[in-house]
Amino acid sequence: MLNLSKRSLALLVVAAVFCGAGAMAQQDKVVVDGSTTVGPIAKAFAEFYMKKHPKVNITVSESGSGNGAKSLINGVCDIADMSRFMKDNEFAAAVENGVFPVAHAVAMDGIAIVVHPSNPVKEISVSKIKDIYTGKITNWKELGGPDKKIVMLSRDTNSGTYETFEKLVMAKEKIADNAEYANSNGAVRQRVQQTQAAIGYVGLGFVDRTVKALVVDGIEPTMKTIASGVYPIARPLFMMTNGYPKLGSHVHAFVTLHLSKEGQQIIEDIGYIPVTEY
Amino acid sequence: METVSLRATRGAQLTKRLGALIGQGFLLLVTCCAAMTILFIFYFILKDALPFFKLRGIRELFSSTAWYPSAEPASFGCLAIFVGSGLVTLGAIFCAVPLGICAAVCLSDIVPFDVRQFVKPIIEILAAIPSVAYGFFALVVFAPLLQEKGGSLLATGALVVLLPLGVLAVVVTTDVATAKISSNRGRIRTVFMLVLGLLLALGLFAVFSFLNSLEISSGTNALNASIILGIMAIPTVVSVCDDSLAAVGRDLREGSYALGATRAETLIKVVIPAAKGGILAAVLLGIMRAIGETMVVWMASGNAAAIPEPWYNFLEPVRTLTATIAGDMGEADHVTGSARYHVLFAMALCLLTFSFLCNLCSEWAARRSKFVGS
Repeated sequence: MLNLSKRSLALLVVAAVFCGAGAMAQQDKVVVDGSTTVGPIAKAFAEFYMKKHPKVNITVSESGSGNGAKSLINGVCDIADMSRFMKDNEFAAAVENGVFPVAHAVAMDGIAIVVHPSNPVKEISVSKIKDIYTGKITNWKELGGPDKKIVMLSRDTNSGTYETFEKLVMAKEKIADNAEYANSNGAVRQRVQQTQAAIGYVGLGFVDRTVKALVVDGIEPTMKTIASGVYPIARPLFMMTNGYPKLGSHVHAFVTLHLSKEGQQIIEDIGYIPVTEY
Repeated sequence: METVSLRATRGAQLTKRLGALIGQGFLLLVTCCAAMTILFIFYFILKDALPFFKLRGIRELFSSTAWYPSAEPASFGCLAIFVGSGLVTLGAIFCAVPLGICAAVCLSDIVPFDVRQFVKPIIEILAAIPSVAYGFFALVVFAPLLQEKGGSLLATGALVVLLPLGVLAVVVTTDVATAKISSNRGRIRTVFMLVLGLLLALGLFAVFSFLNSLEISSGTNALNASIILGIMAIPTVVSVCDDSLAAVGRDLREGSYALGATRAETLIKVVIPAAKGGILAAVLLGIMRAIGETMVVWMASGNAAAIPEPWYNFLEPVRTLTATIAGDMGEADHVTGSARYHVLFAMALCLLTFSFLCNLCSEWAARRSKFVGS
């Protein structure tokens, strides 16, 4: 096992060196890897950028934030998409490998707590949400609603939305085992639309008239409150590069695209919240 | 001259033989490939499953119900998931087996040949519908229906099934009980039947009102998944069952009729016992169909990793092995080979072993039925 990892490490280093050399020789290739949450932004950016610069080839893979970090550390990608910041050990490994990660916050991701439109409950606090999902509160009656058993809906443990929710709301506590899991934001919305006693969480882009987004800690989930950081269940989405990219390079243009008007529009279209305001 | 022609013939024979050999060899190779695929599947799943047992031991997987693969520290208790898989499969059997066997008997022995030729392909179409379509139906149509009218739906369903069965039971019991009475038989029979009928009506009413008052808080639950899986398993059960009933042959049936047996007696006492092995094989194949199905349970079962309270409560959401494997594969870190990745293979190994055992049993049952049939 140890032998193997040493060998693969050596291989990776060789690959990294080659990649570095390759990148220098041929500047027109940009490799993006990482989070499935940030992936859609990178893909839309790549499409937009390649249309403008037909000679540039940008590949975007979605293998998860952890794998994105690993790729950046090993030098197999130019940009790592991450829905969280690097962990301590990842950062240490990067520095050890001569990689100095720089984070570019390209957008904000807000999570709305949604209930059935007929539910009289309008407002909730983060600690109450946590109590619901840990199984301490089981009836809407306790929150001033009807006498109905709460049906908890969660995204599957695979998703970035789940990770964010777990981190920002659950704070290391476990979700009760009778919570139901749905495999997409759309599926959660679908179940909440149909179920009067349901509570669920979806990305802000998925909130529409068929479900009701609750006011959390007195703050309504809107583009504005999330971009300004007032809404409590929100997080920045990163693209990480090795050092600040060389000015004028394609990588530089790519990670600053979100600052342009077009970039802002793309981010809004996908359902995330831009950090700029035009 | 003669020797030359002889040699030519010999040469031709040699090429012929060689050709046959090559052909046979090729066919053998292809067959081996198919067999090797199974071995390779076993090998690769085993290869990725064993590290899990090395990392975490065997006990946790089978004895704990705490399924938190992404927590820190993570826990990988799959007991609730095993129970969920079992529960959903059990429910599917309850739906598919009686219905499937009855349909097969009806097709092979009761309806006219033309009707059978028409109906059987329709049942088999059920198998051609993609499972994601079933899942969509379960999620979008069936789940809200269960939530809104679940109680009355269940009550009506129970009535439809229990009423004819109950009437049949009353008639048969009356006949059997009063068969030996000689004097005043007609009147005793009527009274007996009335009493039993009254009991039946009371019982049915109790069941109906109980089910009617049920409130289902979440429509994506074990019942939903079971019913849809049952429907998906029906074509398998009907097809194999019907084939084995047909294999029983005319001679046995006609022999039975010749002895003066009615059609019901022939069916219950001759045809079905003779086709027992095939029917068992059909049931096992149906079970395998149900336990291996992924998309429907992923969409319709709710995916809550908890054992229902009490365990036979079909109205609670459950999580199954297949859905967990499909759902967790994306984030499981296969680069570093974490326990979270290997646990999925450990589950796949359990599933594969179970399917394999089922398959062996059904092979054995089918072989036995052929033996009895001949």
